[in-house]
Amino acid sequence: MSVRRFFRRRREDAELAEEMESHLAHERDENLARGLGEDEARRMAALKLGSTRRVREQLWKQNSFPLLGDIYRDIRYAVRTLARTPGFLIVVVLVMALGIGANVALFTVVRSVLLNPLPFKDANRLYSLYDHDTDGKSADIPGSVAGGDFYDWQQQSHGFEQMALYKSYGFNLSGQSGQLPEAIVAGSCSANFFSMLGVRPAYGRWFLPSDDRANATATTMLTWSLYQRRFGGDPAIVGKTILLDEKPYTVIGVLPSWFRYPDERTQLWVPNRVVLPADMMEMHGGDHTFTVIGRLKQGVTPVQAIAQINAIQHHLHQQLITQAVSDGADMRPMIDDLVQDVKTPLYVLLAAVGCVLLIACLNVANLLVARTAARRKEVAIRAALGGTRWRLLREQLTESLLLCGAGGLLGVFLAVGAVHWLKITRENLPRANAIHIDLPVLLFAVGITLLCGIFAGIVPALSAANKKILSALQDTARSVSGSQSRATLRKVLLTTEVALTVVLLIGAGLLLKSFLQLRSTDIGCTTNNVLTMSFVLSDSKYQKPEQVASFYEQLLQRVRSLPGVQAAGLTLAVPGSGFPGNLHFNIVEHPPLPKGKYIYAMMGAVDPGYFQAIQIPLRKGRFFTDGERWDNDHDAIVNEAFVRQYFPGEDPLGRHIHTRWRTDAGEEYAIVGVVGDTRYDLAKQPEPTMYFPIYDGNADAATLVVRSQHDVASLALPIQKQIAQLDPDLPVYHVLTMEQLIGRSTQDASFNATLVLAFAGLSLVLAAVGLYGVLSYLVTQRTSEIGIRIAMGAQRSQVLGLVLGEGLRPAWVGLALGLLGGGIAARLIREMLYGVKPLDWSVYAVVAVALALVACVACVVPAWRASRLDLVRALRAE
Amino acid sequence: MGKEKPAGKEKQPTGEMLQGTLDMLILRTLVMGPAHGHTIAHVIEHTSEDVLQVEQGSLYPALHRLEDRGWVASEWGVSENNRKAKFYKLTAAGKKQLHAETHRWLQVVGAIGRILGEAAEYAKRASR
Repeated sequence: MSVRRFFRRRREDAELAEEMESHLAHERDENLARGLGEDEARRMAALKLGSTRRVREQLWKQNSFPLLGDIYRDIRYAVRTLARTPGFLIVVVLVMALGIGANVALFTVVRSVLLNPLPFKDANRLYSLYDHDTDGKSADIPGSVAGGDFYDWQQQSHGFEQMALYKSYGFNLSGQSGQLPEAIVAGSCSANFFSMLGVRPAYGRWFLPSDDRANATATTMLTWSLYQRRFGGDPAIVGKTILLDEKPYTVIGVLPSWFRYPDERTQLWVPNRVVLPADMMEMHGGDHTFTVIGRLKQGVTPVQAIAQINAIQHHLHQQLITQAVSDGADMRPMIDDLVQDVKTPLYVLLAAVGCVLLIACLNVANLLVARTAARRKEVAIRAALGGTRWRLLREQLTESLLLCGAGGLLGVFLAVGAVHWLKITRENLPRANAIHIDLPVLLFAVGITLLCGIFAGIVPALSAANKKILSALQDTARSVSGSQSRATLRKVLLTTEVALTVVLLIGAGLLLKSFLQLRSTDIGCTTNNVLTMSFVLSDSKYQKPEQVASFYEQLLQRVRSLPGVQAAGLTLAVPGSGFPGNLHFNIVEHPPLPKGKYIYAMMGAVDPGYFQAIQIPLRKGRFFTDGERWDNDHDAIVNEAFVRQYFPGEDPLGRHIHTRWRTDAGEEYAIVGVVGDTRYDLAKQPEPTMYFPIYDGNADAATLVVRSQHDVASLALPIQKQIAQLDPDLPVYHVLTMEQLIGRSTQDASFNATLVLAFAGLSLVLAAVGLYGVLSYLVTQRTSEIGIRIAMGAQRSQVLGLVLGEGLRPAWVGLALGLLGGGIAARLIREMLYGVKPLDWSVYAVVAVALALVACVACVVPAWRASRLDLVRALRAE
Repeated sequence: MGKEKPAGKEKQPTGEMLQGTLDMLILRTLVMGPAHGHTIAHVIEHTSEDVLQVEQGSLYPALHRLEDRGWVASEWGVSENNRKAKFYKLTAAGKKQLHAETHRWLQVVGAIGRILGEAAEYAKRASR
């Protein structure tokens, strides 16, 4: 057989017909010559040649690939069989589409966010370095390095080609030609930052060492989104100046559109030394807010590189024992920094959809087993006629592959939609812009579709193929016990299905409970009808503390006099809005701390009315007074967590703390009040906090808090107008009610819980369908047995119990296995849980009860039907 | 329901003849020069003094198979009685194949002959 002939089969056939025609003609000529009559000559010739049709058929077969032809025939056959039961077809395809679609969508996200390298030059050699205290108390987060440490690392270590540092910064971008001013997040970086990452600007140039000097002309690079949004995408912006914090900056370049680092919010970049004071760049003990990125030299292992950095840092710590210097350093790949918060949740979601797909597969396999069982006789007859085992198996496989293929195709479309939806709803996902469906994802889709098809097809096919033909044919006579083995297989599949469902339900339950706990966590202040908005005063306009203080005071006066405002206050940061920073301090009345040991507390700054405005209770002492302003700030207020930690069993009032809030030398504050605890993050415990009077003018960033009787959101506009009257260049951001603010911090938890719950719900439905299907099948199988039982005097209730017991057994076993598996899975998702233990019994109990209920409902219908069997018809059922 | 393949292997094309022998005979016939199907069938029948009856139809699948293997080549031409016919001729590879086949065949025949010879001897003695 040759490929050429395969495609020319028709022509070959015609040629062969002609050839044989010629053969006949020759034979006829010969016969005529021998003296036979015309008719006889033709007859004898035809007789001698034999059937031309058979020869042609034989050659046709010889010229075709039997497998190809068979596959085509199998597909046609499967399509016809499936089309006979459209309901079954639609259900299965939809189930598979959901399963495959969800998997493809999540795989796309996982691949784009977690697996793909960052879009930088040789991204696998980029590492993020951070301070790491050997006592393990440090947070190990990016943005924890002191500027001075960095320069020592850079000069003394040899493991890195280059190192760069950056930190987050904020600017007020002034409006030009009628635009509103805007508060933007920016990054300040060392000059080599972009060249090290290999990010070429779309327009203009990147920073040069000469730009990164305190006395250099201020320069900036715009991100693509800011360039499009604020400057109309006009390349002529390069070389022009823009006003940041009312200071002119020359735009030297525009970053390419794909560059969104470290997140979407960062809008422009400036050189470090232009905006940061020189002492901040050089200090070791104070501000630890830089992120350091290093490019490993080729041939240097990460372990060698970090060992050296660690040694340098340890040396620094011992040299500068009087300052708060970390005694070690650590590093991890740059990508891990970006995605560390979403890694576990994404993998958990992927595992969840994997379970859903497995359940879907099991269900399809189950349904196919039922179909196989119903077609036993047909299959047996065909086997008896010589249908080979492989042939019958192939038909099963074709059927399930067709089902899964259709599901997979639909699933890919679903995945495209789901990925789009994810990108919109989860904008805060790191690298969200990089999420896209590409060739490997499509290959993944094809792969899992094939896998599902083979799995779902081979399980029933195997059970179908090895059964004795005879027994199947005899089945017709009178079967009382039905086909036990097939029912066993279905029960095993069902048990697995139920177990997986229980695992998913437990995961969903724990996440949901975590979310509810999170929502109901007392953040420490009122969240009812409270509006917040933030602003940062620009350094150039508010140089002196007196200017800052007077702005704050005027603002509060104006806001408090607005109709509808019940109370208003100012603070450095409202509860739930994130970590505002901490300070190290010591307690004057306590014995001095050992050298190299430091104690820290979170810092806050408030006006005298803030605590009442947001209803944080005063436990002891008093609030600040209006007179505590400028350098007349000698009092501090602490929270209960502070007292618990640093004054256990002691009265903190009248004690003094020494810290560097306002000056580098530090000041002493008397504790005059104790207030209730608040949380900076719903999921975190209250931190020890010390509050200073905001009227001292030290803090130029503040959040205004306004409480009203009702509909506080409607006050946003009048308040913003007041601010604009005071300072038309001052942008206001994060205009949110407290409820919105907290909603934001719980949205990840809500998202994860909702998705896993949806998947668990889907699995539960699938399991219920599976249970119902199996039991209905069993009942049909045992119709005559049940009939006999009833005829022998069995009560209907006994029959009901019998069938129910049979159907529920896989559910019970699955439930038990699932509870076990759930316990293991819960440990794996421990870090996503909040206020819930992995073995929270209430969740397990609810899941068990829910599953038992659903299983009973699914089983009771066929069982009841069995108990209502019409005796005569049951006995005649065969 | 789809058509089932018969349980056994593909039916032997020559029916009465041993597998592969028809191929060999066709190749042998073509040594004398190009011929069309009808001639080939006749030559085989006549040369074997009508012992080997070729079911003439079965010749054609065999010819096509030989052509696929490159042992014969074909082209349309005009026959001795002025009819259009497809002529087959032996290729170099076909000649080599014929040589090898003939050699193998003689070996097999010799071996079988020796066994049958002994058996014939035994049968003769037993009947005495």
